[in-house]
Amino acid sequence: MNIITEVAKWAIPFILFFVPVYAYFRKVPVYETFVEGAENGFKTAVKIIPFLVGMLVSIRVFVDSGALDILTNILKPFFLAIGLDPDILNIIPLAVMRPLSGSGALGIATQLIHQFGPDSFMGRLASTLQGSTDTTFFVLTVYFGSVGIKKYRYALKVGLIADIVGLFASIWIVSKVFG
Amino acid sequence: MVNLIWLIMLALGIVISTLRGNVSQVTESALKAAELGVEVAIGLIGVMSLWLGIMHIAEKAGLVQSLAKLFGPLIKKLFPSLKPDSRAFGPIIMNLCANMLGLGNAATPFGLKAMQELQNENPKQDEASDAMITFLALNTSCITIIPATIIGVRMKAGSANPTEIIGTTIFATACAMTAAVCADYIFRKRERP
Repeated sequence: MNIITEVAKWAIPFILFFVPVYAYFRKVPVYETFVEGAENGFKTAVKIIPFLVGMLVSIRVFVDSGALDILTNILKPFFLAIGLDPDILNIIPLAVMRPLSGSGALGIATQLIHQFGPDSFMGRLASTLQGSTDTTFFVLTVYFGSVGIKKYRYALKVGLIADIVGLFASIWIVSKVFG
Repeated sequence: MVNLIWLIMLALGIVISTLRGNVSQVTESALKAAELGVEVAIGLIGVMSLWLGIMHIAEKAGLVQSLAKLFGPLIKKLFPSLKPDSRAFGPIIMNLCANMLGLGNAATPFGLKAMQELQNENPKQDEASDAMITFLALNTSCITIIPATIIGVRMKAGSANPTEIIGTTIFATACAMTAAVCADYIFRKRERP
């Protein structure tokens, strides 16, 4: 695993060194080209503001109201019906939050890890789930929004299917490996 | 669908807050979130500019094209609707690589750039193209080789072995990614047999 950590550490310095040096020898006016490309950074960032604000407001109001507890209670019978251990139910708030908000999910995962201990079953499950999926709903709205797409077609379904599979795969593998 | 989800989250949140006698929470949450949205976007300007600048150099030097060629066979299988010389391949590959390395800051600029290139080739400007959906399916389920943040949290919580969850994380992500690719394929075939 050390190798991977090293790769991650060196990746950015390497790119920042290699790309301009290589380009310079290919006779690219490096500085001017950089500025030309960087110009779009501002435009793109500003363009996603309405989508970020819209989504964050709706998600925050929903989450802060305590709706997640209610949703957890609704989902409980379903999880019990498919034969999952009642202990695993503590993961539901994280599973629901994960596709909505990255920082919100990290907050819940951190709380679970501290509450149950990092090396407990729940701590490992929360860590695995937090690391294995992304904020699907949020990414979709911002990425589509940035280019003016209004009809998502089946994109949301695909993303949520992946999240659900990720959840059950996490539960399965953590039970298998750490039992 | 997005309109409905957005409305349900907002309205339900307000109703629940009201029922719990905590209506002032709504105001605070909404205003804070609005502020945060702008903060996040403004915070992105610097990294966006940096990476888009570097990428422009890489493009001019022919590096992006080489990268696209290297991953060409695999990526062309995943995106059958794109032309072999599509300009979207470069940023798509760079976004996925950045995601895998856990470089979230670098991934977003490449991702947004990829969306722009895909939109240039999109016949219906207000509707997601097949390639966009495949790209987002890969992007949101992409394997992170190092979940650095969560390892940090585990370390702080006093774990005996903070990195032990890397294996299980990679397994779970691989399952999610496979499911995303399969689901994307099935839905695409069902719409356009």
